[in-house]
Amino acid sequence: MGRKLLLEKAHVENIRLYDVYRREGGYRSVEKALKTMAPDAVTEEVKKSGLRGRGGAGFPAGMKWSFLAKPEGVPRYLVVNADESEPGTFKDRYLMEFLPHLLIEGMIVSSYALGSNNSYIYIRGEYAWIVDILEQAITEAKQNGWLGKNILGSGFDCDIHVQRGAGAYICGEETALIESLEGKRGNPRIKPPFPAVKGVWGCPTVVNNVETIAAVVPIINEGGDEYAKIGVGKSTGTKLISACGNINKPGVYEIDMTISVEDFIYSDEWCGGIANGKKLKACIPGGSSVPILPANLLLKTAKGETRYMNYESLSDGGFASGSMMGSGGFIVLDEDQCIVRNTYSLARFYRHESCGQCSPCREGTGWMEKILWRLENGEGKMSDIDLLWDIQRKIEGNTICPLGDAAAWPVAAAIRHFRDEFEWHVSHAQEAQIRNFGLGHYADEIHVPVSA
Amino acid sequence: MSEQLFKVTIDNITVEVPAGTTILNAARQIGGEVAPPAMCYYSKLEGSGGKCRTCLVEVSKGSEKDPRPMPKLVASCRTTVMDGMEVKNITSPKVLDARAGVVEFLLINHPLDCPVCDQAGECHLQDLSYEHGKEETRYEFQRRTFPKVDLGDKIQLHMTRCIMCFRCVFTADQLTEKREHGILDRGDHAQIATFIQKNLHNEFIGNVIDVCPVGALTDKTFRFKNRVWFTKPVDAHRDCENCCGEAQLWMRGDEVFRVTARKDEWGEVKEASNGKTGWICNSCRFDKKEAKDWVIDGPSKINRHSVISQGHYVGLQKPTETLPNVLHGRQPKLLMDIHSVSEVNKQNIELSALDRPAHSTDFK
Ligand SMILES: Cc1cc2nc3c(=O)[nH]c(=O)nc-3n(C[C@H](O)[C@H](O)[C@H](O)COP(=O)(O)O)c2cc1C
Ligand code: SF4
Ligand code: SF4
Ligand code: FES
Repeated sequence: MGRKLLLEKAHVENIRLYDVYRREGGYRSVEKALKTMAPDAVTEEVKKSGLRGRGGAGFPAGMKWSFLAKPEGVPRYLVVNADESEPGTFKDRYLMEFLPHLLIEGMIVSSYALGSNNSYIYIRGEYAWIVDILEQAITEAKQNGWLGKNILGSGFDCDIHVQRGAGAYICGEETALIESLEGKRGNPRIKPPFPAVKGVWGCPTVVNNVETIAAVVPIINEGGDEYAKIGVGKSTGTKLISACGNINKPGVYEIDMTISVEDFIYSDEWCGGIANGKKLKACIPGGSSVPILPANLLLKTAKGETRYMNYESLSDGGFASGSMMGSGGFIVLDEDQCIVRNTYSLARFYRHESCGQCSPCREGTGWMEKILWRLENGEGKMSDIDLLWDIQRKIEGNTICPLGDAAAWPVAAAIRHFRDEFEWHVSHAQEAQIRNFGLGHYADEIHVPVSA
Repeated sequence: MSEQLFKVTIDNITVEVPAGTTILNAARQIGGEVAPPAMCYYSKLEGSGGKCRTCLVEVSKGSEKDPRPMPKLVASCRTTVMDGMEVKNITSPKVLDARAGVVEFLLINHPLDCPVCDQAGECHLQDLSYEHGKEETRYEFQRRTFPKVDLGDKIQLHMTRCIMCFRCVFTADQLTEKREHGILDRGDHAQIATFIQKNLHNEFIGNVIDVCPVGALTDKTFRFKNRVWFTKPVDAHRDCENCCGEAQLWMRGDEVFRVTARKDEWGEVKEASNGKTGWICNSCRFDKKEAKDWVIDGPSKINRHSVISQGHYVGLQKPTETLPNVLHGRQPKLLMDIHSVSEVNKQNIELSALDRPAHSTDFK
């Protein structure tokens, strides 16, 4: 049983309320940081912890903080990204719903480190009820002296504001989020300048995921070095995984990143195996944007080694045979799932969510969706598969923001690993309307050449 | 302080430009094919560029100090040069491949109704597709269409042709005090709109027509009056209290068909003699349609590759009408309107609304 740093107290009754949270040891990190540490020392601990951003890209948080420009007399901002709109990802929701004070606590410490006197939580519009939870927690924290002016007599002022989005996935991209926060249309900005130099209202800004900021609490309580001892390699600490799809126990799990993918899926401690006694066919291990893997490449790397639930191992093999940790949205597909249909629904999502600024993403996502619809509905042609490949290739890397890549990768990976299933949809167009392709050879052992 | 100069090499040609210059503008100094095509960037509009992705280039060497190449192609219109930077435009197969992709993306939903489009002959999308496009399309679906919208009585918006370059939005934002012109919706269903088809009341709003690279925003006072290559552009000026009064008249004989701002070799509105951008006001554009309203400076310089220069007109004289001559001074009489008797061309059929080529069955 791995250690839990974030969700340890999630099941304590009424932990959502300040009194219980405080009784259980909450807000210790604020006391420690504001009373005994200089702001830069907090950043230093976060650097030592090796904490990587939990929003998708996995960029080291301490490093991001140290890039923040600090011109004299210009305010700086911390913005927490609670937009969580990536299909398959619902870990931040859980954290904010059950442990709102953990996020607030992490934000106060982080704001102190960054020198942000007004920090924001940008939350997706659909999480309307969580806004109330957070606002209640903020009020409680303020009543108890953890927010406002001169917190704990340290001279540090901080207020937290919650801003609701209006229901756009693209507003999770950090610069689109900033535009939206400023009250504008949520179009990603052209970078540079990066938010660390010019973010909210042109001021230096750090945008971090909810889980990243929450993880600052145990880092300060236990020290960065202690935190870094959990996990393996550059995957330090614990990670929240939201598991869903055809598994027995969907839900949010906190893992330390030393367990294997196989254990995560089949052990009763986590997903509890594939539902209804079916077989595992494929998995999208890190939220809808990351490449899908067939069962064989999911459990073992191309070299035949066990694949683990951490940043390095999940991306072992690059895009040719690996995937990514992404945002931790773990989507499991059993033998009855159709990869073409699945790819179509993802393509549909990205077409709908593209902001429309750049031509490749605006036009390419719609085109891919139409071709995939045709393939799924028995009207496809063999040449469509190569056409899809060519379209995704021309979107990837040629757009303003990573949504273009996020739309291209799932299509690329599906064709790369499941080409036979696509071809079957063309060669057996009628049959494909009444039954699924099934497991095929996607769970077969991969032949690994023995090297001398 | 003397201005710092950076050396940048684009397609093996080296130029020196002031720090802060974009790759695109450095390439424009070299000119010719080395200058990447730009569909959304507009040097006179702040914040423009970065969107269409036609100007993508490869940076094969970041700078003298940090020679690492940039990992992805970059938008040359929004990337500033570094000292010692090396850039590949037409010498990079990666760039040409990506650009062909962008052109294809821009065209899949375009109606390709050039034969009935007023912009034909001066359309940047036409030029771009001639140079970088393919002859056939791989797109086999319904093209996106929008209803036509009048923005006031002088400007028509035909969204179906729009490429979402955002230039008109920046123009409306930067030239007029009250913004009523923007984008609704997102992705491939996004559209330029004025919110409930509001009139655009502003003396300078007509300039959106000039910045639009395609035929999405056209001058209603000129619509279907003539093909641009049959008209002769001449530079002219008048005393105007609103604007610089320096314009281009598109004439045929003595008749002024259209008034626009003057354009430079990149198709952008030129600087006026007062040094400011030569935007013109609505009354110069829409109301001064007689030669006597203007002082004509002479024929405009038109790139000799442009279809507009096909009608050489230097020293051209207005031909005398032959019919009244042979009819002993009588004016010819209209015998019949061909449209009223011909079954071939039904005027109520909107050709540009078809998402495919017109067919004889459309007229049955
Ligand atoms: C289209 C798109 C959507 C995104 N959505 C989210 C999101 O919902 N939540 C999030 O934390 N990060 C999201 N990101 C990543 C953010 O841009 C940014 O990298 C992240 O918030 C940084 O925080 P971190 O370093 O703590 O991970 C998204 C990125 C893109 C391109
Ligand atoms: S990649 Fe897509 S979502 Fe991102 S800026 Fe371009 S059009 Fe918008
Ligand atoms: S209407 Fe014209 S200027 Fe405006 S965005 Fe569309 S193409 Fe660009
Ligand atoms: S001109 Fe540079 S992206 Fe459009």
